[in-house]
Amino acid sequence: MKFTEEHEWLLTEGDLIVVGITEHATTQLGDIVFVELPEVGTTVTKDDEVVVIESVKAASDILTPIDGEIVAVNEALADTPALANEDPLGNGWFFKIKPSDPSQVDAYMDEAAYKDMIA
Amino acid sequence: MSDTLQTPLYDLHVALGAKMVPFAGYAMPVQYPMGVMKEHTHTREKAGLFDVSHMGQVIVKGSDFATAAKALETLIPANVLDLEQDRQRYGFFTNDTGGIMDDLMFANRGDHLFVVVNAACKQADIAHMQSNLDGVTVTEITDRALLALQGPSAEAVLASLNPRAATMRFMDVATLSLCGAECWVSRSGYTGEDGYEISVPSDHATILAQALLDHPDVAPIGLGARDSLRLEGGLCLYGHDIDTHTTPPQAALNWAIPKARRTGGARAGGFPGAAIILDQIANGASTKRVGLLPEGRAPMREGVQLFANPDDDAVIGHVTSGGFGPTVGGPIAMGYVPTDKAVVGTTIFGELRGKRLPIRVTTLPFTPANFKR
Repeated sequence: MKFTEEHEWLLTEGDLIVVGITEHATTQLGDIVFVELPEVGTTVTKDDEVVVIESVKAASDILTPIDGEIVAVNEALADTPALANEDPLGNGWFFKIKPSDPSQVDAYMDEAAYKDMIA
Repeated sequence: MSDTLQTPLYDLHVALGAKMVPFAGYAMPVQYPMGVMKEHTHTREKAGLFDVSHMGQVIVKGSDFATAAKALETLIPANVLDLEQDRQRYGFFTNDTGGIMDDLMFANRGDHLFVVVNAACKQADIAHMQSNLDGVTVTEITDRALLALQGPSAEAVLASLNPRAATMRFMDVATLSLCGAECWVSRSGYTGEDGYEISVPSDHATILAQALLDHPDVAPIGLGARDSLRLEGGLCLYGHDIDTHTTPPQAALNWAIPKARRTGGARAGGFPGAAIILDQIANGASTKRVGLLPEGRAPMREGVQLFANPDDDAVIGHVTSGGFGPTVGGPIAMGYVPTDKAVVGTTIFGELRGKRLPIRVTTLPFTPANFKR
């Protein structure tokens, strides 16, 4: 698993990359009450705003960490946004992306480096 | 933030793990480890303890109660004179254009009025009273903290410290001994739940708060849940839902202006902006504060623009408070719309991230009030 400075995680799953946000991020955001996901089939470029998260406190944008095509979104979040708080690294995933350049993932931090950053 | 003030409960908040934020010049707890959503639900189901010591506590005193009451009536369109002893009311200071300078609670404490005003307005309110009230003294109380205990368990919890708490009705005030301190207690609050606000000497504030928190039903609650609770309760937040540009009729607060101060009443008018406010009571205002229920799940927060139709250019109003209502289980908001749209069931539209999403105009409050009348 790789991590971005924006507190997203990226997990390689076959030829797809699964993207979510870290527990540190969900703790900072507080209770998540709404998640707006992108349309499946959307072609995205790194740093595009693809997801909107609303917590009890505020709205936040999630940027796509890599270029590619959105091939799946976590529909369960629409009805149960709290999944992002309860299981951020698992059932709280946001979207799966088919990368146009898989090497973009390599630029991100490993878990040890991410833990150092949030320490 | 070196000039940020601390309430007498600051150390307790930190010890309880609160996230502290600056609010109206004070370091205040926005949430505790429980989190906003659970704190909100806990208050609705059991009881929450809030530190509201940042609010202004003021004594207005004349040669007798009537002198102080008549003086205060020159600044607020309320019936202060006929308020019975040991009773409290809601009111607001108005300005010459009929706008609201602040909202407040005032109580008849026998020989004086006890007034509670908003933290952000308190210096202005006190100066306003001192310069405009003749023949009375206006004194800010700075050696007392203010706690709020709110929720269905509040009565049992406070009665465990002093059984007299249970004999009070909604909007009663009383002096109660709690943990050995003389406390000024009102049966009121800002959550839509039954509960109390307790003015306690600063040196006893932590002892009292700790005694209340020792009860298994009581949890500490931060400003985050205080805001979602009052929003579900349909209660205005000064500086957001009401301000100097909104009049009481526009704000749907006519209920707080009694007959005695209206046209034809025993003491009609005689407060700043009376001509404008009384005309709007008689003939209606052009805009009105309403409850708004966004039909989707996306919260619509303060500042969201409102439209009559999905394709109109004209903005008809704005959301003044909005967010997620944990008890409602969905997004809720308040805002101002033209009076012809202020009809329950009307569908209007809010613009969120470039999209026009439907909103239903609804009645307030969003959750039923649970007062002990």
